[in-house]
Amino acid sequence: MTAIYLMLPVSLLLALIFLIAYVWSVRSGQYEDTDTPAMRILTEEAGHATRPPSAHQSLLNNP
Amino acid sequence: MEGRDFCCQGCLTVFEFLHENGLGDFYRLAERPGVQVKSAVVEDRFAYLDEPVLRDRLLDYSDGQMARVTFQVPAIHCVACVWLLENLFKLRPGIGRSVVDFGKQQVTITFETGRMRLSELAALLTSIGYEPTLRLDSLDRPQARSLTRSLYLRLGVAGFAFGNIMLFSVCLYSGMDRFSVPVFKPLFGWVSLGLALPVLVYSAGSYWRGAWLGLRQRTLTLDFPIALGLLALFGQSLYEVVSGRGVGYLDSMAGLVFFLLIGRVFQDRTYQHLSFDRDYKSFFPLAVRRVEAAGERTVPLSALAVGDRLRLRQGELIPADARVREGSGLIDYSFVTGESEPVQRSVGDWLYAGGQPVGGAMDIEIIKPVSQSYLTSLWSHEAFAKQRGSALHTLLNRFSRGFTLRVVVLALAAGAWWWAEDPSRAIRAFTSVLIVACPCALALSAPFALGTAQRWLGRFGVFTRNAQVMEDLARVNAVVFDKTGTLTSGSRGNVRFRGDPLSDRERGWIQAVAARSAHPNSVRLAAWLSNGTPPPLEGFEEVAGCGVRARVEGHEVRLGSSTWVNQGLESVGSDGSDGSVGSHLTGTGTIVHVALGGRVRGWFELGGALRPRVDQAVAALARSHELVLLSGDNGREREKFEALLGPGSSVRFDQSPADKLAAIAELQKGGRSVLMVGDGLNDAGALRQSDVGLAVVEQVGTFSPASDVIMEAGQVPGLAAILRFAQGAVRVVWASIGISLLYNVIGLAFAASGRLSPIVCAILMPLSSVSVVAFACGAVGWMSRRAGLAVHLDRERTS
Repeated sequence: MTAIYLMLPVSLLLALIFLIAYVWSVRSGQYEDTDTPAMRILTEEAGHATRPPSAHQSLLNNP
Repeated sequence: MEGRDFCCQGCLTVFEFLHENGLGDFYRLAERPGVQVKSAVVEDRFAYLDEPVLRDRLLDYSDGQMARVTFQVPAIHCVACVWLLENLFKLRPGIGRSVVDFGKQQVTITFETGRMRLSELAALLTSIGYEPTLRLDSLDRPQARSLTRSLYLRLGVAGFAFGNIMLFSVCLYSGMDRFSVPVFKPLFGWVSLGLALPVLVYSAGSYWRGAWLGLRQRTLTLDFPIALGLLALFGQSLYEVVSGRGVGYLDSMAGLVFFLLIGRVFQDRTYQHLSFDRDYKSFFPLAVRRVEAAGERTVPLSALAVGDRLRLRQGELIPADARVREGSGLIDYSFVTGESEPVQRSVGDWLYAGGQPVGGAMDIEIIKPVSQSYLTSLWSHEAFAKQRGSALHTLLNRFSRGFTLRVVVLALAAGAWWWAEDPSRAIRAFTSVLIVACPCALALSAPFALGTAQRWLGRFGVFTRNAQVMEDLARVNAVVFDKTGTLTSGSRGNVRFRGDPLSDRERGWIQAVAARSAHPNSVRLAAWLSNGTPPPLEGFEEVAGCGVRARVEGHEVRLGSSTWVNQGLESVGSDGSDGSVGSHLTGTGTIVHVALGGRVRGWFELGGALRPRVDQAVAALARSHELVLLSGDNGREREKFEALLGPGSSVRFDQSPADKLAAIAELQKGGRSVLMVGDGLNDAGALRQSDVGLAVVEQVGTFSPASDVIMEAGQVPGLAAILRFAQGAVRVVWASIGISLLYNVIGLAFAASGRLSPIVCAILMPLSSVSVVAFACGAVGWMSRRAGLAVHLDRERTS
């Protein structure tokens, strides 16, 4: 039963990591547009892999 | 071109352009990719966008080198559109990342300000067929996104805490402490307490605020018993943890908040691509063409001053009250006044804002500022100042007043009784009653029942602003109709041809003949067909009461009434060629028949005819509702509409926008709950004043004035079924309330006897919530069948 002293913080930590991942996904706007990503995936091979320089991306995500 | 057919030179240009830039895949992605170039982009058409005043308000962000802008692009409609717009950076250097939001029909583009101007970007989009919508309201776009974000975050925190606390609680419920060291019980208690604290403070924050706000306004909203229950749950648990007795009800508390927030997410999911709050600003252009000494120049509307001279082309909007300086022609005011016939205006005549020239260009002089015109003054009426749909009047909040008082009295009574019997259990009995009466299932019943009803209607092209509108719809007992665009199909540009398809050349012939006649139907037909200069004609003849005829390029063209056009000719043989349908010159003429070169080709339907099946719908409504017709049109069709609406209804013509508003207010004073069904800016005041404003649109996503419901025009005949369905949905809410009250009574039996253990609470709470939600969603589905939505509404959308 003493294993619980170890398992308890580990399980909480794991859950916390998931919470942080969720908070990140909400803040990056993943729940605001749920239609377009579904369409984007269809054209991925047609050229979505090529992206403009990353400088633009950081600008878009962090105004 | 690689075996492809192109409808026009523009599409071919786009094809070549895209191929050169390695974007030829565009044509593989969808069968009919939507690039349609309507007109060559005039170089300086968007030059006004570079004016610092406008540019700074349009840009989302700018740091001097990079800028980001969000454009509304209604042309976005398929996968290929998304792909092309997101690969925009391949077309022109200087463009960075572009991201499409399909639901909102927006594209957000980052670009280098040094290499590209905003006007060039707009011109580029226009040249490939994705013209951005630039209207006066593009300048002040609302920032509502953070609200949904915070709701999702609160939900996440509550779910996280609920899941983890549950793990600890299940251990204790299953009797772990009996065979383990007793130290775990208080440890689990303290950990649970730590997890529950953010739920209480952060996730449930809106309930504390709601309860406090309600108290300050001296009303007991549903937030109050929820806040009371949360407080009792947490207080009792805190006591149990501190005194080392266990974990208390923390699992139930976190679960309660989690379920409540799910209800809120379900309720708040609205239609993103629709705007329910538009005013004249969405209709006004961002810029106008001003005539200056050096020639024409496009300037922002905000720079317009009294005395400026503007050049208006066909279909462009008169932005402020003005006077005609040069040219004359017909002005279409249908959008502002509801009058479907265009009026003749010539030099010196006064023009009200909101009209559009039909036919030729016209020079006008501005005599009043944009904000003080006849049209815009409607928005300064007090009806627009009051807050709509206050949450205090919803069904649940009215119900909760009596409910809360009874719960508090019951809790005090239980506490007092146990005080006399066994004082050690008095506090516990008091908190138990508050806990068990916490109206979680009750709070979920309305969001889920009405939210499901909202989705059912959405599937048929009827979109409501929010779920509460359903309650208002159910209460309606008077229905007010606008005529043009509502009962009848709108007149603006609404012309359809039925019969053998016409070639572009043949359309030119018809345009030439129609353009010569001054009859309103001819004018509208010519305006609709207009495409370049029509060919010359010979032997033009107008036969009063029958129609017009002339020879164009050696072919005889006849336009007019069925009998006259068909005289001695071979008929096209379709159902519309019945002579009684309408004629060219009888005043209400709505159908113009066409014969070319001695052969009947079909007929044009000019908007203004009654929509199909409207008569049955009105008859069905008249049985249960009071009907009123308010039209801005003149009274030439009074008898027809009096007959349509039937006895007991009232029909008023020549109503100004302000008259309509006043008429609705008068009905409301008489104790009626009014549904206004309208379409144009002329109904804006009435839509706002009414209890439920329903805007009818030809195509969802096009302009509609501020309203509570936006409906596709084809669904007008189903109005009676929609109202029946709303009433059914509200009955479902009452039934759900009954079920959740039943659970409360069962819980109270435990609570009042002082035996409410955490495990009873942990079972009862989710059980009641889930069963109420399941019942609400299922019953609303059944109601939709009972109301006959699928039978009476046009067709179901798959998306």
